[in-house]
Amino acid sequence: MAPTLPTAHVNGQPQTLPLDPRRTLLDWLRHDLGLTGTKKGCDHGQCGACTVLVDGKRINSCLSLAALHDGDSIETIEGIGTPDALAPLQKAFVSHDGYQCGYCTPGQICSAKALMAELAQGWPSAVSADVAARPIPTAEELRERMSGNLCRCGAYSNIIAALKEVIGAEALA
Amino acid sequence: MKPFTLDHAANAAAALSAMGQGATAIAGGTNLVDLMKLQVATPERLVSIRRTGLDSIVPDGTGLRIGALVTNADCAADMRVRQDWPLLAQAILAGASPQLRNRATTGGNLCQRTRCGYFYDTTQACNKRAPGSGCAARDGFNRIHAVLGTSDACIATYPGDMAVALLALDAVVLTEGPFGPRQIPLAMFHREPGDDPTRDNVLQPGELITAVRLPAPTGGTQVYRKVRDRASYAFALVSVAADVTMEEGRIARCALAFGSLGTVPWRDSAVEAALVVEKPSPALFDQAAEILLRQARGFGANDFKIPLAARALAATLAQATKG
Repeated sequence: MAPTLPTAHVNGQPQTLPLDPRRTLLDWLRHDLGLTGTKKGCDHGQCGACTVLVDGKRINSCLSLAALHDGDSIETIEGIGTPDALAPLQKAFVSHDGYQCGYCTPGQICSAKALMAELAQGWPSAVSADVAARPIPTAEELRERMSGNLCRCGAYSNIIAALKEVIGAEALA
Repeated sequence: MKPFTLDHAANAAAALSAMGQGATAIAGGTNLVDLMKLQVATPERLVSIRRTGLDSIVPDGTGLRIGALVTNADCAADMRVRQDWPLLAQAILAGASPQLRNRATTGGNLCQRTRCGYFYDTTQACNKRAPGSGCAARDGFNRIHAVLGTSDACIATYPGDMAVALLALDAVVLTEGPFGPRQIPLAMFHREPGDDPTRDNVLQPGELITAVRLPAPTGGTQVYRKVRDRASYAFALVSVAADVTMEEGRIARCALAFGSLGTVPWRDSAVEAALVVEKPSPALFDQAAEILLRQARGFGANDFKIPLAARALAATLAQATKG
């Protein structure tokens, strides 16, 4: 049997990781796999445009070497929804105008999806009054938890409105 | 990035063996990969320690042992940390972004390099990056730089938050290396620059952080206050970590550590001694600040950090002593 090549699952599909260890996860997704939904903003972990989910957790793909993701499950914006079948977060971003140019939006939506999982697990944030208590998703909490995603158009208030709608709907479900 | 080879260590022994042959350890890589892109760091050989199993948080007597590979996010989400060492959770959550905290590790965070702009710019003089080239920060843009623990060679701060809380909590860094295991108190871990700013900490070549140990919870009131240019996702201008126990209206015990004020996470026992057994008051807090800052020296654009530190200390103590 041939040795197994280092592989990661991207949006459910097995993909062989690049041989060049310099390849970042971001460049691998965009250039080698053609998944250009994930955006390169600053390329230094300061803007969040490159946010993807690795085993359900949001990370900056620009600061991660692809070769370190053997066995990982990676989800990009292409795995979250499609133009014909938008995810609830995507619909809410559209209905609340949660963007202008749209460049940061894939990262914002990946980040928001992980944020909801973190809230469900009870993770505290820097604005939680008591770090040991279960967090309440106030607008202040949502703003702090989205601070890793910059939007130079300044659509922040509409992004928070979109998040509140989806999180509110989840709470009612 | 300059070309490099990458090996994957299956356990700590394999990592130590590779490091003994000159490999640089990589965990989350959130700082190292950035430095490699800028060619500030140009390792020829990396060894990934991600699969070495050093990623659990376990009880250690009455304390807690946090594996070197525990992510900042997982550490701050751990209910034991949140309940018994809330200062550590607060400090971690005050730093970076959720994305970075999901990747950054406990060991890597301790070893993060300064954010001095001249250190990152390879066209500039920097004794930390290129020994003997000089320090462009002294007469340059030095608003974020240190006012304590500086030397003629370097005025860069240690930028992190986590280590400031660990310093106030009397944490100990556990390592393995060519000369066997070591236990290094956090207070001894980071190095002031002196005439060799290239070494940020006391780790020897080939030595690997395996865990950080927290001693028993103090039960004190714990506050991490971070002052910065924007409300989130920014390095500190000054931060204060406080752990204070009050008895009958007096300060019975206190531990104070300061971030982005010195070249290393800063703690001064004379400050704490001036506060213990005293009744909290604005005058007392001013006196403590005077002791803290008696040796402080600004370099122009960072002069404001000296009064800012005094006010941050007073505000933190007011909060931590109100009972």
